[in-house]
Amino acid sequence: MADDTILETRGLTKEFKGFVAVKDVSLKVRKGSIHALIGPNGAGKTTCFNLLTHFLTPTRGQIFYKGQEITGSSPSAIAQMGLVRSFQISAVFPHLTVLENVRIALQRKRGHSFDFWRSERVLSELNEEARRLIDAVGLAEFENTVAVELAYGRKRALEIATTLALDPEMMLLDEPTAGMTHADVERISTLVKRVAANRTVLMVEHNLSVVSTLSDRITVLQRGEILAEGDYNTVSKDPRVVEAYLGAGHA
Amino acid sequence: MSAVLPTVKSAEVGAQRIVFGVMVAFFLIGPALGMYPVFLMKVMCFALFAAAFNLLIGFVGLLSFGHAMFLGTAGYVCAHAAKVWGFTPELAIVAGAAAAGLLGLIAGLLAIRRQGIYFAMITLALAQMIFFFCLQAPFTGGEDGIQAVPRGKLLGVLDLSDVWNMYGTVLIIFLAGFLLIYRTVHSPFGQVLKAIRENEPRATSLGYNTNRYKLMAFVLSATLSGVAGATNALVFQLAALNSVHWSMSGEVVLMNLVGGLGTIFGPVVGAFVVLAMENYLATLGFWVTIVQGAIFVLCVLAFRRGIIGELGRLIRKPL
Ligand SMILES: Nc1ncnc2c1ncn2[C@@H]1O[C@H](COP(=O)(O)OP(=O)(O)O)[C@@H](O)[C@H]1O
Ligand SMILES: [Mg+2]
Repeated sequence: MADDTILETRGLTKEFKGFVAVKDVSLKVRKGSIHALIGPNGAGKTTCFNLLTHFLTPTRGQIFYKGQEITGSSPSAIAQMGLVRSFQISAVFPHLTVLENVRIALQRKRGHSFDFWRSERVLSELNEEARRLIDAVGLAEFENTVAVELAYGRKRALEIATTLALDPEMMLLDEPTAGMTHADVERISTLVKRVAANRTVLMVEHNLSVVSTLSDRITVLQRGEILAEGDYNTVSKDPRVVEAYLGAGHA
Repeated sequence: MSAVLPTVKSAEVGAQRIVFGVMVAFFLIGPALGMYPVFLMKVMCFALFAAAFNLLIGFVGLLSFGHAMFLGTAGYVCAHAAKVWGFTPELAIVAGAAAAGLLGLIAGLLAIRRQGIYFAMITLALAQMIFFFCLQAPFTGGEDGIQAVPRGKLLGVLDLSDVWNMYGTVLIIFLAGFLLIYRTVHSPFGQVLKAIRENEPRATSLGYNTNRYKLMAFVLSATLSGVAGATNALVFQLAALNSVHWSMSGEVVLMNLVGGLGTIFGPVVGAFVVLAMENYLATLGFWVTIVQGAIFVLCVLAFRRGIIGELGRLIRKPL
């Protein structure tokens, strides 16, 4: 494996009862890059994320992260190695406050997580760092709001802050800007660009202006298979892509 | 804005402190109000049992339908240790609780990966195995149970055959167990449990091995149920089959439903209400079961949050 590859899949395949959702996907993500995974609905993008983080077990194929095979590793072990995913459907802890949501992530590394005899007040030592992360995604005034009460775009921002709290080497973002207002999209894409400065990002994204401005490399998926790969200019001029994806009302 | 959280929290804690004070006072002066000390001791043992059960259902979202196995096993081990091995009461209780904790570890390892109804079914199946074991094993006394268990002397000095010495001991054990559960819920560990209950896939994706946390909560709950069962065996000087029967597993569910799942004080109130019903309606014979069933249905239909849950909603503070 080339030195600058952080994540690689070989022949990754997932079948659901005879239906092939991901088919023979061999993908390389370069360390430090922003890599976009695009394709029409049902192409298998989310399934890919589920395979990479072992929320689903591949039918065939292998996954390597930082040169180490992680195909059989548990989801929590993969996260602990620094490969952290977000979810297409916003994933927050709905009845915890914004501050508590972020602290849950900080708490895992900073310890005490099995301490049932200690007061939760020890967690306040994480507040300062949590506030910094909350501030970074523009939620400073909502730190005591219960997550369920946040508007959709803000929930996604909270999700990103929580993911960032783990300081992951590589983030998998599944449609981070879906359903957001224009202003929120701007804020999130700026944020992604900023946090990607010292980490790798693999993201599923439908907003093509976000894809074109952010990504170094794009992989187009269709019916579970890789259709095309390259930078935005190459991919967007590929006639098969234009037909399969851009042509379908997205251009 | 940042000042809001602390004040909200301290108001909550304030309300809980008051209720805690009322609860302690109730058990302190209850006998003076004419309630039988043995009845109140039973209430405290079952309140601890119900609170330990609630730690799982209310704060992790795991419905165990076999919790009687922990209560009962600890009772048998404690009774055997005190009667046959001549353990002092505190050591007999520790032995009972340890046995329950070990059983909890085994049951947890088998059940924890299953979800929802499958989890409940596995715990029920294991509890049935324990029931038949207790029915058949040579040292459990079969239908008779282990009778005439000596209460002994606490730490070799305090004679527990004196009812007030026993009462004080049970009160301290109950309060210690109750406070430990309260602390667990409000600990860094409890915070992770809350996150798992709210969104388990997300907790996993943040790197938490959620099964380990659930297992730990399960073992804690089993151990504390064991403390309750062992203490109860000393109070009644008896370990009997009804403590491992499936209806006991059902009763602890009922106590929690009546008192309020996921509340701090609900299990205590639920245990009191259910046991008082059994006690004072005993003359009704088999009607007790029917009245209990009716209350069960009423709780599920009318006050889903249970007595304490509804009260907490009324004053807008979690109790
Ligand atoms: N757990 C599952 N069981 C059966 N089919 C599934 C499952 N998850 C996804 N699929 C199917 O796999 C295909 C790819 O889905 P998905 O990966 O969510 O697509 P995308 O994220 O690209 O829109 C879809 O046809 C979907 O219905
Ligand atoms: Mg998807």
